[in-house]
Amino acid sequence: MYRFILPFVAVVLLIVVFSFGLFNDPRKLPSPFLGEQAPTFQLPSLTEPERMVGSADYAGKFALVNVWATWCVGCRQEHQFLIDLAKTGAIPIYGLNWRDNRQEALGWLRQLGDPYQFSAFDEDGRVGIDWGVYGAPETFLINADGIVLHKHLGPLTAAAWQKDFVPLMQAGGPTS
Amino acid sequence: MKRAILGLVLILGASMAFGIDVEKAFEDPVLQERYEKIIDEVRCLKCQNQTIKDSNAFLAADLRREIRRMLEEGKTDDEIFDFLVARYGEFALYRPRMSGKTLVLWLAPGLLLLGGGFVLLNILRRRMAMPIDGEKAGKE
Repeated sequence: MYRFILPFVAVVLLIVVFSFGLFNDPRKLPSPFLGEQAPTFQLPSLTEPERMVGSADYAGKFALVNVWATWCVGCRQEHQFLIDLAKTGAIPIYGLNWRDNRQEALGWLRQLGDPYQFSAFDEDGRVGIDWGVYGAPETFLINADGIVLHKHLGPLTAAAWQKDFVPLMQAGGPTS
Repeated sequence: MKRAILGLVLILGASMAFGIDVEKAFEDPVLQERYEKIIDEVRCLKCQNQTIKDSNAFLAADLRREIRRMLEEGKTDDEIFDFLVARYGEFALYRPRMSGKTLVLWLAPGLLLLGGGFVLLNILRRRMAMPIDGEKAGKE
């Protein structure tokens, strides 16, 4: 009996390990900022290059920080949702225009609409690194104390918004 | 044939010349050596099975630039690794540091080896106890 139980248990364990590997996308990394203070930043505005904008502008209130770029296909996918979300007035959205070209980024906002309170222009990607950004689009939910409650990787959808963001905004506590 | 092989080897060898890192080297050779060692230890998060030394993704170039800057500022290797881990997590390092989260990574190979050795030993023992064909087989 013992001869069969051990291999059986081993195979079951392997299946568990493999299915964990199979159903977990290694490209989705947990952010070390979850439950921690969000990094601060100050950058020129995309639309008004001489005006400095930054994390101080949303201190004391819930905010979405959305990392986007014109070269990013997922950003185009989520753009309409961001515009719809901005219209509801549920939360102010702040853009971090990451590693982009100013003219192209301005053209994108003209063509597709601008859901952002402002977009900070992170031309050399330095603020992106401070935020641990590794692939746009990324969206951070930040509470009134400046704590990162959630980080969404990839295009934001209405379903993800309802499931991952809304409960957090009601509760205010951190989660992965 | 030999010539063709030699030619192929030379062509492949030449590809090394097309380096990823196009920045110019540090003037201080010690600093350059540290730089090359560090970038060989850091994962490119955009192209996860490459180091930032091997990758030409712009994120890798940005990280190389930041590491270069920190080295110029006189930061230690540990401070640079801390900088990366604070932003991207232990996953950014190809050799994650020993901590509660990474303990299983460090211990698993040894445990698996021990477990495998134990199973092997058991099988061998059982085999040793078995009669050898044609010798004792008939007697029992």
